[in-house]
Amino acid sequence: MADSVTARTPKRSLRTRAPKQSLGKTILQYKYFYLMVLPVLIWYALFSYAPMYGVTLAFKSFNYSKGILGSPWIGLENFQTLLTDPDFRRAFWNTVIISLMKLVTHFPMPIILAIVLYEFSRTKMKRFFQTILTFPHFISWVVLSGIIINILSKDGIYNQIIMLFGGDPNSPLVDESAFRPVLYITHVWREIGWDSIIYLAALAGINPELFEAAEVDGANRFRRLLNIAWPGLKSTVAVLLILQVGQLLTQGSSFEQIFNLYSSPVYSVADTIDTYIYRTSFTIGSDFGYMTAVGVVKSIISLILLWAANSFAKKMGEEGLY
Amino acid sequence: MTDTTVKKRKKWSVFDIVAFVALGLLALVTFFPFYNVLIISVAKFEAISKSDFYIFPLSFDLSAYKLLLQDMKFWSSILNSVIVTVVGVLFSMTISVAGAYALSKRGMPGRNIMLSLILFTMFFNGGLIPFYLVVKDLGFVNNILVMIIPAGLNTFYLIIMKNYFNTIPESLEESAKLDGANDLYILYKIIIPISAPFMATFALFYAVERWNEWWYALIFISDAAKAPLQIYLRETLITSNSLLSQMAQTMAEQEQTGKVYTPALQMAAIVVSSIPIIVVYPFLQKHFNKGIMVGSIKG
Repeated sequence: MADSVTARTPKRSLRTRAPKQSLGKTILQYKYFYLMVLPVLIWYALFSYAPMYGVTLAFKSFNYSKGILGSPWIGLENFQTLLTDPDFRRAFWNTVIISLMKLVTHFPMPIILAIVLYEFSRTKMKRFFQTILTFPHFISWVVLSGIIINILSKDGIYNQIIMLFGGDPNSPLVDESAFRPVLYITHVWREIGWDSIIYLAALAGINPELFEAAEVDGANRFRRLLNIAWPGLKSTVAVLLILQVGQLLTQGSSFEQIFNLYSSPVYSVADTIDTYIYRTSFTIGSDFGYMTAVGVVKSIISLILLWAANSFAKKMGEEGLY
Repeated sequence: MTDTTVKKRKKWSVFDIVAFVALGLLALVTFFPFYNVLIISVAKFEAISKSDFYIFPLSFDLSAYKLLLQDMKFWSSILNSVIVTVVGVLFSMTISVAGAYALSKRGMPGRNIMLSLILFTMFFNGGLIPFYLVVKDLGFVNNILVMIIPAGLNTFYLIIMKNYFNTIPESLEESAKLDGANDLYILYKIIIPISAPFMATFALFYAVERWNEWWYALIFISDAAKAPLQIYLRETLITSNSLLSQMAQTMAEQEQTGKVYTPALQMAAIVVSSIPIIVVYPFLQKHFNKGIMVGSIKG
């Protein structure tokens, strides 16, 4: 402590800038930067923070002509309705199950892919594989769903293969037991390559001398993986895991994917909070106040999950997000 | 460099072989659906109905494409998407580059508060209904700008850009400042030109996002003339609501000779609408590894 102070003192005296400047002067000095950041701040105020204020709607009975501000307060009535709404319960559990299963089935995949790509020594082929595996990420869920529907249709390639082996043709997209696995598989298909990039970046950041030293010491591939690559990856894995748990209910239950693939026969296993809110608000036209309450419950659970994941990571000795 | 490649070409370790097979299978599974799209789009109806197993292109027929290109709604949706993409990228890049650059200045008073407010939006939002009401009150319903302005900022990209700007040595700006340049001028004349490849990557990311945009259109645009390409594709591919898919269905019902196979038409729509992405993909691929590496999550 004392050492660092004495070490720092001469440096400070070398600085040309004035040591203490009034806040007003500093702000003036940064005036162009405030000008640059202003549009971004306005954007967040309008499209993120104004809707957050709109959350008050959850405690109101929404009246179209009176708007958010003028609608009458009804306290917790919307939240009470929610507890007895079977559609909400179904959507809630579907969201939890689909998101958790997506996390379990998808999360390790890009890590494994990154390690395999990293250890694979043929540089040109590595790049070729990466190019192909990241491609689906850039295609919209609308188009991918069109492709998936075609493949799984009555005379699509999936049923042609089934019939080739003497099976009965079926359609997983309207089958309650097969719909969710379709979601998990197509999610991995779209994102595995893209998500592996960040891990490859972390692996590329490991000092290659460590690997060389390990090789000299006679460590085999598995040892090197366990003692050098994994410690280098661990913090990235932790940060991404926290991020994904925090966004479990929003990203994990991907509205775009489910909305484009599902249909009424599979609502019982596929209707999530997001699709429930969209469907009932914009097609059936249910109470906006109530639907806001549904959204609020989702956001709060997300925040709790994030906090829990972050504390867990800290307990495990990782840095955490905050 | 040539040394190591020559050395490596000689020996394939057991691991390399196993990895090659595994990666090859994965790549095949990833790629096959797209290949399937292409061969179905050029399939003749008779060829499909005759063969049970359609893996190789057994016929070549462009009539699905001809029919598609005659559909005026297809063209108007493309035009809308082109406008949204071009104007949208300009808007997104202008505000996010300027914002990220300012937020990278460590000494700016209030910077940490601004950053926290921005990061918080990644984890908490008002939900769909309040968002819908606010955007509606701002006059974005049935307005093509809804796909440009409310859709126009990606927090994740903003943070990566900010981290990237932090890596540019400050001495560069200081020398320009001594010459009397102000910060806006420095950003425009020095910072942006030296980071052109990085800027290009994010412009392409935003371009892909805008080209693929459909969620804002689904919620805010009901006027068919203002619908973007992805909504047109959704109607053609998923809900079979478009004039085109109805046309193809009637043709199939009439059982006339030389009719167009409905899936061929749908797959042709996919192929044509994906051309821009396939064209920019090599550029994306070249830069995105670097882009992501520079600005990993924290910083």
